[in-house]
Amino acid sequence: MTEVPPASWPGPDEPEGPPAIGAHRYAATGPDPVATVAIDDWTPSAVEVARRAYRRRRSVRSAVIAAVATVVLLAVVVLVLVNTPGWPKFRERFFDLSYGWEVLPDIAEGLWLNIRLAVVCEIGILIVALTVALARTLRGPVFFPIRAAAVAYTDLFRGLPLILVLLLLGFGMPSLKLEWLPTSALFWGCAALILTYGAYVSEVLRAGIESVHPSQRAAARSLGLSHGRTMQYVVVPQAVRRVMPPLLNDLVALIKDTGLISVLGVVYDAVLNAQIETAQTFNYTPYVVAGVLFVLITVPLTRLTDWVARRQGWTGGGGQV
Amino acid sequence: MTGAAETSGTEPFLQIAGLRKSYGATVVLRDITLDVRRHECVALIGASGSGKSTLLRCINLLEVVDDGTVTLEGRELTDPRVDVDAVRTGVGIVFQAFNLFPHMSVLDNVTLAPRKVHGIRRSTAERDALEMLDRVGLADRARAKPDQLSGGQQQRVAIARALVNRPAVMLFDEVTSALDPELVGEVLDLLAELKNDGMTMLVATHEMGFARMVADRVVFLADGVVAEAGPPEQVLGDPVDPRTQRFLRRIIDAGRL
Repeated sequence: MTEVPPASWPGPDEPEGPPAIGAHRYAATGPDPVATVAIDDWTPSAVEVARRAYRRRRSVRSAVIAAVATVVLLAVVVLVLVNTPGWPKFRERFFDLSYGWEVLPDIAEGLWLNIRLAVVCEIGILIVALTVALARTLRGPVFFPIRAAAVAYTDLFRGLPLILVLLLLGFGMPSLKLEWLPTSALFWGCAALILTYGAYVSEVLRAGIESVHPSQRAAARSLGLSHGRTMQYVVVPQAVRRVMPPLLNDLVALIKDTGLISVLGVVYDAVLNAQIETAQTFNYTPYVVAGVLFVLITVPLTRLTDWVARRQGWTGGGGQV
Repeated sequence: MTGAAETSGTEPFLQIAGLRKSYGATVVLRDITLDVRRHECVALIGASGSGKSTLLRCINLLEVVDDGTVTLEGRELTDPRVDVDAVRTGVGIVFQAFNLFPHMSVLDNVTLAPRKVHGIRRSTAERDALEMLDRVGLADRARAKPDQLSGGQQQRVAIARALVNRPAVMLFDEVTSALDPELVGEVLDLLAELKNDGMTMLVATHEMGFARMVADRVVFLADGVVAEAGPPEQVLGDPVDPRTQRFLRRIIDAGRL
């Protein structure tokens, strides 16, 4: 490097002449943020060693306190529970292990139906929600009817209790006796879930879309991208990454709410199977089994999504504080 | 098309006539009239809030003007019947805050418009983009994400992204204002190179050194009008308008000139 470039362009009153215009002087490029520092023979100083030892002592102490507190709390809960007057009967009714094991296959089979329903519904929900969210971002008087319809849909289905939508569609639609309308409870149950959750998820997506800074839209439009293409390639991809946690929240809620389709009576999912068992034996263990299975499905799902988001670098911020 | 006037080196290439733009009760541009010739580099200077950015955004049709016209190569851009997306591909703009798309690699940022606006195949678009990135000195960072680059590098990517559209005119909106002082030079060098290559440019800037040495003409905006326009040595060295004099005095007092 023979020539050291000026830190900035000199003012007109400075004595030296203008730099050679057109010359490649990219040596002025700043430090590369991802560049790594060469490994040297650094050993921590006495201060740093003492700091680390102190931090280690503190974290061991915290871990011991937390472990002891957890054990004590659990012991208290168990002792109180076991010493309640109704405990023997309660354990028999809700935690009958051999009975639970016996009904497990039935309930697991029902749960498989819940999972398949959730997958089908989630696809429908995302399509409906994205359409509605995008409709609400349209500007100009021409699109007023579309915007108004999207708002009315969201208001209506966010306000209606899911169970009412299920009953109205599940029993109401088939009673219209229209030949071309499907009559299956499974179909109308899914439709009710898609309509209700579509309203919630569209609001989540809209919040994500509106959180993308207008300068991103300006940059995309300035390149000649149409409104639609700007949404497709620039705004929605960023929006979806940002609202991943609430989207997952709604997916978990959906998996559980697929159980509500059983109010229509003929959809043999985990909840209905547990109900049938319980009705025969007056033992509530099947409900507990179904509950445990739902938790076993949803917890790993949450962890998986967190992991994917972290690996893709979707989660913002981070750091120590 | 509203007319296909022949443009030569002397005839105005970009004409701005009687332009007015207000936000609510605030009139930012009152009556701007400005002609830019082909291959000319015009530096727009003026205090913060004098409407430099607004003027550039009006030319790119990111803002709807209240009155007046913008005409490029004999074609009126402000005519409501024109296809705004087609106009924008012919008028490149680079922003103060880079505005790269953070979820895309550098290469995808640059190939987005060629692929999705002009329908160019990915392989061809990537070859062109790498050529353009090489020109701004960043071909080796094509696979990086914007947040892995320095501010100066990001701004050079933003310039490459605008240039692949082969615009007839380039607008620069205070492109070095968000940069650390030691990174300003690399971006200004690139602008000087573009000017030498014959690009028609309108550069809103606070870099008086750049305006002095690179621009063919300096235009000073104040009170929503062109207060003074002329060769750099006249406007910056011997200003006539008292508003220009006051502005330059403040800059000298701040040690920037």
